[in-house]
Amino acid sequence: MDAGLLGQFVVNGMMLGMMYALVAVGFTLFFGVLDVIKFSHGDVLMVGTFAGFSTYLGISALGIDNAFVQLIGVLVAAVCSMAFLGAVIARYLVLPLKSAPPLNVLLITLMLGTVLRETVRLFYPDGSNPKPFPYLLPTDSWAFGSFTLRADSMILLLGGLLVIVGVHILINKTKMGLAMRAVAQDEETAKCMGINFTLIVLLTFALGSGVAAFAGVMNGLYYNEINFGMGLLLGVIGFSAAIIGGLGNIYGAILGGFLFAGLQTIGAVALPFSSAYKDVFAFSVVIALMVWRPTGLIAEKSSERV
Amino acid sequence: MSAFTIAMVLSVAVGFAEAKDKVKVAFIGPLTGGVSANGIGGRNSADLAVQLRNADAKAKYEYELVALDDECKPNVGVQVATKTASDKKIIGAVTHYCSAVAIGAVDIYNKFSLPVIVWGAVLPDITYGNTYKEVHRVNGTMINQNDVAAEFMAGQGYKKWVIIHDTTDYGKGHNKYFSEALKKNGGEILATFGVTAEQQDFTAELTKAKALNPEVIYFGGLTPIGVRIRSQMEKLGLKAEFQGTSGIMADAFIAGLGPLAEGIVAFREGAPVDKLPGGKFFVQKYKDQGYAESPEAYGPFAFAAMNLLLDSIEEVGPNRKKVRKMLNGTANRDSIVGKITFDDHGQNTVAAITKYVVQDGKWVVWEDSEYVSGKRKLQGM
Repeated sequence: MDAGLLGQFVVNGMMLGMMYALVAVGFTLFFGVLDVIKFSHGDVLMVGTFAGFSTYLGISALGIDNAFVQLIGVLVAAVCSMAFLGAVIARYLVLPLKSAPPLNVLLITLMLGTVLRETVRLFYPDGSNPKPFPYLLPTDSWAFGSFTLRADSMILLLGGLLVIVGVHILINKTKMGLAMRAVAQDEETAKCMGINFTLIVLLTFALGSGVAAFAGVMNGLYYNEINFGMGLLLGVIGFSAAIIGGLGNIYGAILGGFLFAGLQTIGAVALPFSSAYKDVFAFSVVIALMVWRPTGLIAEKSSERV
Repeated sequence: MSAFTIAMVLSVAVGFAEAKDKVKVAFIGPLTGGVSANGIGGRNSADLAVQLRNADAKAKYEYELVALDDECKPNVGVQVATKTASDKKIIGAVTHYCSAVAIGAVDIYNKFSLPVIVWGAVLPDITYGNTYKEVHRVNGTMINQNDVAAEFMAGQGYKKWVIIHDTTDYGKGHNKYFSEALKKNGGEILATFGVTAEQQDFTAELTKAKALNPEVIYFGGLTPIGVRIRSQMEKLGLKAEFQGTSGIMADAFIAGLGPLAEGIVAFREGAPVDKLPGGKFFVQKYKDQGYAESPEAYGPFAFAAMNLLLDSIEEVGPNRKKVRKMLNGTANRDSIVGKITFDDHGQNTVAAITKYVVQDGKWVVWEDSEYVSGKRKLQGM
């Protein structure tokens, strides 16, 4: 295999990994503050992407065809609407079940995911068919032998990185982040210290869902195709990535995302069997890793949760 | 949906007024999920056949259509097939767009002696893999389709292929028959990739394919992943002709790709509907009925299949065994998809294959396109 080809696989894998990592960050944030698993996360991502897509159609209908303005509009609409949706889900579905067994939250959000998915399919115009997501980034590309470097992929990677850095700063350097970490560590004590527990939970869910919407728009811009089922597999993979990384640990989620993408790429490229088994391969390795390190690769220390 | 409901209610009301005997017939196809556009188009077309029959004063019976959703999933398909076959009031059915579903359901139709006519699934084994007298098919099989496809593409001067197929019975069948046909025509297959039907990312497979430098990417699968593969080819700078099968012959495929669809070729059984004597009639009636969705490529087959079933019931009465016998004897019957003749296996033998190419956002018959006159050229030619 020549270097160009290898480079191409690495870039493809990194794009995938970035998307998985952004989804996994959401899972890990929710688990961190409330010890719940929110299974509708992938479908929230999908709804966010469709919200962004609708915004694009709206902006185009207004006659604005500056790609940069459109991109900002799509991102703002997707991220803000999903942050709101995330907070609503937390307020009305997750918080009321706080003292119920965690399984209930898992089930209720699993069902919510189906509702969201089927709602888009049935009520979005022509929702059961794939939609062409617009090209809003520069499409320049440079070919180095068998390696094609695309400007849009680079911008997306950079954008994803910035979001991750932003989340990191938010959690570790701001007062809000401090409150989130406090709630994650001990709910009762945090309340005694005057932290508004409900507000922090809502903000965390808004943050995680907004990041998922960003990942969804990124997915749309990268593949230029969106469909109502796109969140399903992304949700499962994001969840697995958060688990192998160590649920509750944000760096673990990022590591898990890239690890899963790497496994998939290896499964498709380097293994002798049909590439249809790449997911089988990747998930098998995840299972093996979970047996080896049940708490994830970066083991959770309570002081470092979230 | 509302027009459909009103039509159903009206037809029931009319039925009471005339007091004809009521007969139930069924339609099964994917009404939800990724290929639901095709299923709904087929459902509407079958419904149209029933509506037209009910509006006909000479018809002996009042027909009621039971439309069921197989979701293009074999497990669901088997359930709805059982539900249909075990309902003794249902005399016959027009069933399945997805090959993977149809192949699982044929045993049930045989067990319950329910005569069915397949309207879209193209896997040869559905009719040829058994000797069930209940199973018939109006559309051709993927053997005919791939023979023509391989000969045509080799004739254009292409020599090197990479095959990507989904790992359902449908995709695997296409891979098998196309590979066989291509060998006869001297084409070379550089690599074959099996992919899952829900896969989102194909960059790893396509990067591997790109390194092999193929002239054509042959895709054996359905619309949703066809759209993804074509748009990701563009991302990776993979400049090869995209050759599809009847599985991507849907308006949704072009809508999903936009300008990237230009120059994609695909093959389908039967002459194009607007070229048939009954085609204009079908298109007009479909429009009059006011369905919200397009009939899609296989709608005419569903219409023809339902008509054939209703004709048989009219002739021998609502009795499964008699209808089955009647259908088995079908020879040289006119329909909007051409003459229908069933062989020993219930397969329609008149299987003309039509070649299509996407031109300016429409599936155009190859012979009528600007590609044949040399005004436009396929990728790499």
